[in-house]
Amino acid sequence: MSSADFSVSKRRVFRDELIGLYGVVERNLYLTKRYFLWDLAFLLWTIANTLTIVFISRGVDISAAQRNELATKLLVGGVIWAFLGIIFEIVTETVAWERWEGTIEYTFMAPVSRPVHLIGMGVYAVLYGLVRAAAIFVAVVAFIGIHLPHANYGAAVALLAIASISFIGVGMMTAVLPLISPEKGTQLGFVAQGLMLVVSGVYYPVSVLPSWMQWIAKISPATYALRGNRDQILHGAGLRFSDVWPLLVIGALSIPIGLLVFRAGERYAKQHGKLKRSG
Amino acid sequence: MSEQAVVVRDLEKVFTRRKGLQRRRRSALKGVSFEIERGECVAILGQNGSGKSTLVRLLSTLLLPDGGTAEIFGYDVFKEARAVRRLVNRVSVEASFFKKMSASENLSYAARFYGMTPRQTSAQIPEILGRVGFPPDRRGEAMENLSRGMQQKVALARALLTSPVLLLLDEPTTGLDPRSKQEVQSFVREIRARHDSTILLCTHDMKEAEELADRIGLLDKGELLFLETAAEVKARFGVETIEEAFFAATGRSYEDERTEEDEEREVFA
Repeated sequence: MSSADFSVSKRRVFRDELIGLYGVVERNLYLTKRYFLWDLAFLLWTIANTLTIVFISRGVDISAAQRNELATKLLVGGVIWAFLGIIFEIVTETVAWERWEGTIEYTFMAPVSRPVHLIGMGVYAVLYGLVRAAAIFVAVVAFIGIHLPHANYGAAVALLAIASISFIGVGMMTAVLPLISPEKGTQLGFVAQGLMLVVSGVYYPVSVLPSWMQWIAKISPATYALRGNRDQILHGAGLRFSDVWPLLVIGALSIPIGLLVFRAGERYAKQHGKLKRSG
Repeated sequence: MSEQAVVVRDLEKVFTRRKGLQRRRRSALKGVSFEIERGECVAILGQNGSGKSTLVRLLSTLLLPDGGTAEIFGYDVFKEARAVRRLVNRVSVEASFFKKMSASENLSYAARFYGMTPRQTSAQIPEILGRVGFPPDRRGEAMENLSRGMQQKVALARALLTSPVLLLLDEPTTGLDPRSKQEVQSFVREIRARHDSTILLCTHDMKEAEELADRIGLLDKGELLFLETAAEVKARFGVETIEEAFFAATGRSYEDERTEEDEEREVFA
């Protein structure tokens, strides 16, 4: 029996993978369009949630300049929480969403590679997350009246984009959880997101944390994104190498580790019959 | 010499499930072996929990076996999964779509994973939906608003859009009203007549199996009891119908109530 009739060139495989990646982004656009009102309601909820945090600065008895600085620090924390939350949610729900819709078996038996599938989810998550983060930022700044005369927005977006690589890598690791445990997996992903932000100084300096948590903060990409973004928005800092290199190193490690973890989880799911719709 | 599309040898699958502190093991497939020639339509009959869906999932690269081998057009299903995935598509009992997305959007998503560009799908999706009898004015409607029969037509269109050389049909007409069932069966006949497709049809509908397939197999409690033409099956057991052959082969009526073990096997499979 010969298999030569159906062999395809590497170039064709590469082309098909790119189309597959486009397909993942396109599908997410369709879903965003169909769930537009739901997404809008979620955005308004996030803006309200961020306002409750930033308003804390208005109740502190400090000078106007210090109050403005505190509000900005809290705002950056809230926006990064929202950005990271969306990336985690979209990448982690790569499996959970498709299982809920019932399409998971069709997606997993398609000839697109898993890295392309997951990276496609990550690309959409970053694009959608950036638009959403910008909307939250603008809404809160306008509502509270924060003054940001020195803000370097270009550097802030560039740093977030670099940090996204690591966030996607960590998201891939948590995306495997719904494969292993259909019932609890998604919630465990949210636990991982929360833990990352707790140790990264989302609304406070990392220095206030216990020493063992400060050690964990060093390997969290959110630490460098938060630190860099705060300086960029408050003081107009540029893209500092001291923030960029840890993010690049963590990104270079987290993506392959994320893919390996996902591959191991997929193998486990196929061995134990966990890919099917009902789990 | 005829070309073999599917070669399955001693395929085994065991599922383990925890019940309290106990671990229960159930064999979904027990050393199943068979071959399908290119262009052939083979029907595998069996009650719920007999192992039909497990067999389809194994051949779709969605499960890993506990023993045995399977090849599709010479590619090892478990070691060369990506090559196999280019050749295979499937229609299952559940239509399985993004419910808020339209038929066209769902088909576009599926087609991209098989390397089809927007230009290709913009021409081919209307054409294939037309062939399965899907009304053009409902292409943009959310799937959740479509009837079960209509959704199953879109599922057939999804499978055919990627031009699979092996089509796995896992109870494609179960739960459909008589008219929709007939339409789906007619379309399967059309695929056989017009395309270079090999078909593995898993069903518990004996009439459907006899009408559509070249050979009929019986999977019972994970074991393939026979795989022959309908005439050979009847001659082997000296009976008039496939239902009588089932009784002769298993000692049970096709409608017999199943044991707890069968129920568990169905949950696993």
